[in-house]
Amino acid sequence: MSEQLLEVNDLHTSFFTDAGEVRAVNGVSFRLDRNKVLGIVGESGSGKSVTAYSIMQILAGTGKIVSGSIKLDGRELVGAGEAVMKGVRGNRISIIFQDPMTSLNPTYTIGHQLMEAILLHTNRNKQQARERAIEMIRLVGINEPEKRMKQYPYEFSGGMRQRIMIAMALACEPDILIADEPTTALDVTIQAQILELMKDLQKELGMAIIMITHDLGVVAQMCDEVIVMYAGSICEQGTADEIFYHSKHEYTKGLLRSIPTAENNGQKLEPITGTPIDLLNMPKGCPFAPRCDHAMKICLRERAKRIQINEDHQAGCWMNERPDSSGEEAS
Amino acid sequence: MSGEKNLLEIRHLKEYFPVNVGFFRTKPLKAVDDVSFTIKKGETLGLVGESGCGKTTVGRTILQLYKPTSGEIIYDGEEVKTKAQLAAFRKKATMVFQDPYSSLNPRMTVQDIIAEPLDVHGLYRTKAERRERVLELMSYVGLNSEHASRYAHEFSGGQRQRIGIARALAVNPEFIVCDEPVSALDVSIQAQVINMFDELQEKLSLTYLFIAHDLLVVRHISDRIAVMYLGKMVELADAEEIYNRPLHPYSKSLLSSVPVPDPQEARSNQRIVLEGDIPSPLNAPSGCPFRTRCPYAQEDCAGSMPEFKEVEKGHFVACHHLDEVSSMKGGLVLRGTMTG
Ligand SMILES: Nc1ncnc2c1ncn2[C@@H]1O[C@H](COP(=O)(O)OP(=O)(O)OP(=O)(O)O)[C@@H](O)[C@H]1O
Ligand SMILES: Nc1ncnc2c1ncn2[C@@H]1O[C@H](COP(=O)(O)OP(=O)(O)O)[C@@H](O)[C@H]1O
Ligand code: SF4
Ligand code: SF4
Ligand SMILES: [Mg+2]
Ligand SMILES: [Mg+2]
Repeated sequence: MSEQLLEVNDLHTSFFTDAGEVRAVNGVSFRLDRNKVLGIVGESGSGKSVTAYSIMQILAGTGKIVSGSIKLDGRELVGAGEAVMKGVRGNRISIIFQDPMTSLNPTYTIGHQLMEAILLHTNRNKQQARERAIEMIRLVGINEPEKRMKQYPYEFSGGMRQRIMIAMALACEPDILIADEPTTALDVTIQAQILELMKDLQKELGMAIIMITHDLGVVAQMCDEVIVMYAGSICEQGTADEIFYHSKHEYTKGLLRSIPTAENNGQKLEPITGTPIDLLNMPKGCPFAPRCDHAMKICLRERAKRIQINEDHQAGCWMNERPDSSGEEAS
Repeated sequence: MSGEKNLLEIRHLKEYFPVNVGFFRTKPLKAVDDVSFTIKKGETLGLVGESGCGKTTVGRTILQLYKPTSGEIIYDGEEVKTKAQLAAFRKKATMVFQDPYSSLNPRMTVQDIIAEPLDVHGLYRTKAERRERVLELMSYVGLNSEHASRYAHEFSGGQRQRIGIARALAVNPEFIVCDEPVSALDVSIQAQVINMFDELQEKLSLTYLFIAHDLLVVRHISDRIAVMYLGKMVELADAEEIYNRPLHPYSKSLLSSVPVPDPQEARSNQRIVLEGDIPSPLNAPSGCPFRTRCPYAQEDCAGSMPEFKEVEKGHFVACHHLDEVSSMKGGLVLRGTMTG
């Protein structure tokens, strides 16, 4: 039996802007077990980061969890208050962001920033924090850690800064690491280094990772389970093999068809037509319906419930429930 | 498809930027260092390599947006040298940029953005003619005529990239440097724009230099691919050849670093994970630029830069120790701590 760490249930998060309520996360549910890598994919604006920020409760100004539940070890975090969240952030759940430069302070040394994070989250004294910081720099594969402690972020390359961010996030041995596009800003050879590092550390420390990315290659390489998001909702969820080889949602299928591969080399790509969703003007039924080649009348009226396809796979698409005789394609 | 005639021939191109390294002292940053290649008429040459290796500089120097430090640019059999030659060349060769957000003026309407090159080169006689040409260009890239009087900021990334391409097509170019034209776009939109590049190439018999860091995209669109490292070209071959049989150790590791969107393949792949970072081009290693990260490096690699030579028909590579490299199997996984 796998050990459940995190359970998110029917999460709704909105931004209350001048233009209206932006429903960035719209009914997201999933669970995360220890030792697993869960990928969240979807196009830009689909709600991946907001899902992560909701879990951490670090939403920007107008953002608010409207309803739903987020349980860590069975304990409710929504409405638990800032004191509880302070104990969660950095200790139980850590997050790393896409651009390490914006998360590191350019005016302090790497050592100072690492030690500060450790002192904040543990009851180590200064000397112990220093030792731990050096140990962490070594752990993420940067040589001469004592010397590195005295250097400033600008003296590090992009890949090294992302390693430092990982060191900082892991310094207190969290149970869950949320990585929000951790390699998007990096070159492929450096991305390969960072992904290998994350995989090794995940095994070594036995933590769970939520890997947020728009890159299906990164998902295929890293994730045990995958969530596909569109317009703030989960289209489908399952093991990586189920999602890649037996997809049961038209958006996922379209996404997989549209990327260049060895198979479609030399042929025309099959793009998803239309333009990305506008969250202020959401259609009533399936949010993907305006771009879906298989949209039926019912898709325009009503959202499909997520159903269990098999024990490793859930999807919410009317194509899975279509009565054989229907044939009522919308124009 | 590609014909046999060379449209563009680049010989020993160098672009050095003077960089301040102290009071009144400059040092040349060798962004492009002795690069030679050809592009055939109607073909797409892909250009890949890590950030800062000189891809954009190659593109901009060919178009002489930067004055080349040295080297020859030969277009259609004639060297582009004099002012008159350059003016003529600029009407046939143009560029599409990476960032569809910052490369368009938000205060201009779509029709004025697209017509700007027409205005500059005086390519119409009447207002009506101008408008007609703008609408034709918009139809090439799949934009509606109603979009003409709207502003660029009202459009999505994919649409903005289409506007940028329509603008590049305004001068009726033969050759286009496409600098990361789909990198800023979402996957689903990327495919639309890639298809459009394909269609336009066929319809208008265009020749592309296609720069991108997404190797799967480059493979899809290119006939041949060139790999750069630290200002030097290290390998050039047919796209399929380079994918299936890369010869240079850097190309090998670059290709094996690409995460393939296929879980089973990802599980079975043995990857070559390179150590360390790309050195700064201001302190490029002596001899072979790749030697500080190369698993096959030997003493003589520090001595001289290996010659970029044709080792098989159409397959160029610059490495002193190709025999040793090819006798090692692909299953080598290298890991290590970062230095530098
Ligand atoms: N105008 C300039 N002045 C000084 N240095 C420059 C200039 N333009 C580029 N460089 C330097 O030249 C080198 C090559 O840059 P270039 O922009 O060609 O790289 P690139 O391969 O296009 O990288 P990317 O993938 O990040 O776009 C880099 O070290 C860059 O910092
Ligand atoms: N601070 C904010 N104010 C208003 N809207 C926001 C804010 N942050 C995110 N959003 C909106 O929420 C939606 C989901 O965003 P996000 O989770 O960042 O997407 P992604 O999947 O790319 O990570 C988008 O429509 C975005 O514009
Ligand atoms: S529910 Fe209907 S519109 Fe939505 S993805 Fe499935 S078939 Fe398409
Ligand atoms: S010349 Fe030497 S260092 Fe350069 S790629 Fe070949 S073996 Fe490696
Ligand atoms: Mg995001
Ligand atoms: Mg560039």
